[in-house]
Amino acid sequence: MKDILHELEARRGQARLGGGEKRIEAQHAKGKLTARERIELLLDEGSFEEFDMFVAHRCTDFGMEKQRPYGDGVVTGWGTINGRMVYVFSQDFTVFGGSLSETHAQKICKIMDMAIQNGAPVIGINDSGGARIQEGVASLAGYAEVFQRNIMASGVIPQISVIMGPCAGGAVYSPAMTDFIFMVRDSSYMFVTGPDVVKTVTNEQVTAEELGGASTHTKKSSVADGAFENDVEALAEVRRLVDFLPLSNREKPPVRPFFDEPGRVEKSLDTLIPDNANAPYDMKELILKVADEGDFYEIQEDFAKNIITGFIRLEGQTVGVVANQPMVLAGCLDIDSSRKAARFVRFCDCFEIPILTLVDVPGFLPGTSQEYGGVIKHGAKLLFAYGEATVPKVTVITRKAYGGAYDVMASKHLRGDFNYAWPTAEIAVMGAKGATEIIHRGDLGNADKIAAHTKDYEDRFANPFVAAERGFIDEVIQPRSTRRRVSRAFASLRNKKLTNPWKKHDNIPL
Amino acid sequence: MFDKILIANRGEIACRVIKTARKMGIRTVAVYSDADRHALHVEMADEAVHIGPPPANQSYIVIDKIMEAIRQTGAQAVHPGYGFLSENPKFAEALAAANIAFVGPPVGAIEKMGDKITSKKIAQEAGVSTVPGYMGLIEDAEEAVKISNQIGYPVMIKASAGGGGKGMRIAWTDAEAREGFQSSKNEAASSFGDDRIFIEKFVTQPRHIEIQVLADTHGNAVYLHERECSIQRRNQKVVEEAPSPFLDEATRKAMGEQAVALAKAVGYASAGTVEFIVDGDRNFYFLEMNTRLQVEHPVTELITGVDLVEQMIRVAAGEKLPFAQEDLKITGWAIENRLYAEDPYRGFLPSIGRLTRYRPPIEIASGPMAAAGTWHGDAPTGKTAVRNDTGVFEGGEISMYYDPMIAKLCTWGETRDAAIEEMRQALDRFEVEGIGHNLPFLAAVMDHPKFISGDMTTAFIAEEYPEGFEGVELSDDWLKKIAASCAAMHRVAEIRRTRVSGRMDNHERHVGEEWNVALQGTDYTVRIDADHDGSTIALPDGTSHRVEGSWTPGDQLAEMTVDGQPIALKVGKISGGFRIRFRGADLKVHVRTPRQAELARLMPEKLPPDTSKLLLCPMPGLVVKIDVEVGQEVQEGQALCTIEAMKMENILRAEKKSIVTKINAGAGDSLAVDEVIMEFE
Repeated sequence: MKDILHELEARRGQARLGGGEKRIEAQHAKGKLTARERIELLLDEGSFEEFDMFVAHRCTDFGMEKQRPYGDGVVTGWGTINGRMVYVFSQDFTVFGGSLSETHAQKICKIMDMAIQNGAPVIGINDSGGARIQEGVASLAGYAEVFQRNIMASGVIPQISVIMGPCAGGAVYSPAMTDFIFMVRDSSYMFVTGPDVVKTVTNEQVTAEELGGASTHTKKSSVADGAFENDVEALAEVRRLVDFLPLSNREKPPVRPFFDEPGRVEKSLDTLIPDNANAPYDMKELILKVADEGDFYEIQEDFAKNIITGFIRLEGQTVGVVANQPMVLAGCLDIDSSRKAARFVRFCDCFEIPILTLVDVPGFLPGTSQEYGGVIKHGAKLLFAYGEATVPKVTVITRKAYGGAYDVMASKHLRGDFNYAWPTAEIAVMGAKGATEIIHRGDLGNADKIAAHTKDYEDRFANPFVAAERGFIDEVIQPRSTRRRVSRAFASLRNKKLTNPWKKHDNIPL
Repeated sequence: MFDKILIANRGEIACRVIKTARKMGIRTVAVYSDADRHALHVEMADEAVHIGPPPANQSYIVIDKIMEAIRQTGAQAVHPGYGFLSENPKFAEALAAANIAFVGPPVGAIEKMGDKITSKKIAQEAGVSTVPGYMGLIEDAEEAVKISNQIGYPVMIKASAGGGGKGMRIAWTDAEAREGFQSSKNEAASSFGDDRIFIEKFVTQPRHIEIQVLADTHGNAVYLHERECSIQRRNQKVVEEAPSPFLDEATRKAMGEQAVALAKAVGYASAGTVEFIVDGDRNFYFLEMNTRLQVEHPVTELITGVDLVEQMIRVAAGEKLPFAQEDLKITGWAIENRLYAEDPYRGFLPSIGRLTRYRPPIEIASGPMAAAGTWHGDAPTGKTAVRNDTGVFEGGEISMYYDPMIAKLCTWGETRDAAIEEMRQALDRFEVEGIGHNLPFLAAVMDHPKFISGDMTTAFIAEEYPEGFEGVELSDDWLKKIAASCAAMHRVAEIRRTRVSGRMDNHERHVGEEWNVALQGTDYTVRIDADHDGSTIALPDGTSHRVEGSWTPGDQLAEMTVDGQPIALKVGKISGGFRIRFRGADLKVHVRTPRQAELARLMPEKLPPDTSKLLLCPMPGLVVKIDVEVGQEVQEGQALCTIEAMKMENILRAEKKSIVTKINAGAGDSLAVDEVIMEFE
């Protein structure tokens, strides 16, 4: 009997070594941790329960039958993050370069099925050379099985991908369909076709880092939602994100004890809006001063900076924030910012996360590049996302809310629950100068008259009261009391119930 | 007494004057430019008058605009503060003509002391010690030696037309005087085409010590002892104290009496300051007289209990001084630190912008001012005092138009050491965010052994920080205490994280007792033993620290006691850890479990990106012009572009010979700190 117990330990020991000491050293030399070390950092100490430790591949081609390491290049299982259950798979680069075989895929599929069934997030740690070429179509089938589960899980449980090594070819499409992708700077890259193929086909010379490194995907392509300095930092930050997210769409977002007075008054917000209507200010200051403990988890920080998206807590409960950023492109909406915010709003709506919208938007960005790029349909995404969202929606207009962009930014008309405005708000079709030049076209030659008309327009419309007269603004609030007002608004919406008409699914303008 | 007084100034000094006027029951009028519409002094005053656009030469120093504000409001007196119109005789005359009282000295005194040569002459006549020298022309080397001997070595041999160190020699012996005379003369001839030479005493180990005087219109004049202002950066005072750690009773008395003699000689009536340069042997020489309230006046107030602004107003109203010289004693010690909106890590470049956070330490009244009832802080009196004279507030804007000084933090204690220690504590509790500022530098000076010993000269900053300020390295003892504090804070934060809703019952996360704290390149493995009141943190070397405090996650100031000693840490968030600022040091602290720490050690050390081939914008500002083009070869020192910030044009130059490969900014662009202006090959 004792021997059998020893035998189990011996086998476990062998499985834990993955591709062996030498490859582990090589992994460390690249500044990367092993699959198991990553799981250790991701989960609460001692909470990991492994599945399929002894799974091995079944391939017999190309002499593969001679090498059948335990685990087959991926470690799977479940554990807890601050006591809350999550499922995890972590690809093991030390075993066949983390390549995906039929059995490797089956392991991933098993935990995904369980995650959907049991209502817990899936966190995938990607570090794989790609398909197990020796297995041919069986490997491709494996990918597709994973894809299908990503799709089924979408909107049911949060799915997070952490790219900690290569992720190329078909493999990219699994992370692509998850809710968040994070990357590690200098040691991860993602692309559909690598630099060699690019060179052959288009004659472009490009490095892997330039083509698909963390910087490319967080700044240019927006494929990734964030990038971190190293594995340790990345996994710590994923833990931090999970603290904000519900485990599934069957649960309310998490609440945790907080140490911040919900009625905290921030006198300094009274001077946030500059005297000059065209001067920028940093909307992040408002977010940080409204949030519990100044804690803000930003999503897509480096992309489309004219809009800010991320999570805060109010009275300990998660709230998604969407805010125009006047510091960048005057905070206007354009293709990129609309797409970024729309996806974020839809994530929040999937998982019952209330949405706070902070508005200072002069309109949509004009120009041929925008129109040719399809700003009509991309802008409509954000409009659609806000309009279909049934979660609590609280909106604060701090300054400009002009034209169609006013409608888009969680206006009353899109079923906003609380629509507040600061006294500095200007809710109008457009700025005073533009409006005057259209209304009083006949006086265009007369500068004095135009100036007088502009002043009249400003006096009448450059304020929140015209909208408030109609009830489009529920109340004009003091900037300093924003935290208190917004917290109370969300508190009153905790039992909100709103359903959209039955449909198979909607047809958002993709 | 006046019913209404106008303050022809802005910022902290306007606020300072308003406070005293209000205490005296006098109504106040503020004036403000467009840039100061929401300024603190405007809010504090009973009335405020707009006087024009932001530049001072279109608002604060336009006499007509001030006169108009006086007419509008019916103010009977004007306090000019310092700077602006405070030493402008035309302004004093205009007020006199309009029969408005000037809270300052008579016009004649301003005029006489306003000219360097005249003031020195008057000082000599009044028996004030001036720098010995020979103003006449010197014929030859032998005469130079003779004069040098009369003055006494060391001497400075200077070209009349000289400047910038050219044609200047210091001589300690006859031989050096002879040689110095000849070389100065030659250099002067070739550089300036004017070989006239003069000789004066060279002051070694110079210290800047000044005497505060106060005189009334009835012929009474007293001195309120000295202030030492040797800690200066390019003639800008940074740290002042009263009394001076250097003066003895006899020197103090001699300086004070000479200062009073000078005040009397010019018919002075108000507060004024006589500045001296003092050498290593306590010889002192007159520099100049400032005929106004000095920036650093609070340190004098704190050791004498006299409210100088109140006395200035009373003198202006014709009252007699309520005290005689023998009533003015020195009690305790006061230190002033000037908080500037200047980034010490960037060569003290001015920094402008919004004060997203501004929380000065609580004012605590104590010492002579509290005893005399001339000042009440926010908190009940203690053994030490903290006073903060400021003109800004959280959410306010530091504009480019005015002086970058935003606050004067003063402390008082029964001894110099007590005042310094109180200052360290006060600096640790002073929260300023949103702009670059010199708080870390001030903290570093407060911990500098030379400052602590009182052994400093006007060259202190230049000598002790020749490469500029590069931050502070804390002692092992402090690091251990900070590590212990951070471990305790981290544990609190982690335990809170485990209390999130949605946990799996019976399978909660257990937060352990063993932690690894990494900071400033050192790792400490600690064990936390927490109880109801705090934590005892054991270090591997067998020592332990007791940490108590009420820090909760989100608090940006952690006020705690470590081993019974109060310490205040500024706590910020960084990815996976804390940013701790304390005593001028700025640390990244990571608290990890031993296993996490072990894995973290496997992570590669990443070097900051190479910026040597980039021209980064050193301060927020406006591009005035770009001087080069893409593809152009530039030489070391060649002007690349001009950035305007704080009304100052700053020319950025090439650090080495290179070729411009890319230009990212154009004239008129406004840039943030560290934005890339251009790239080089």
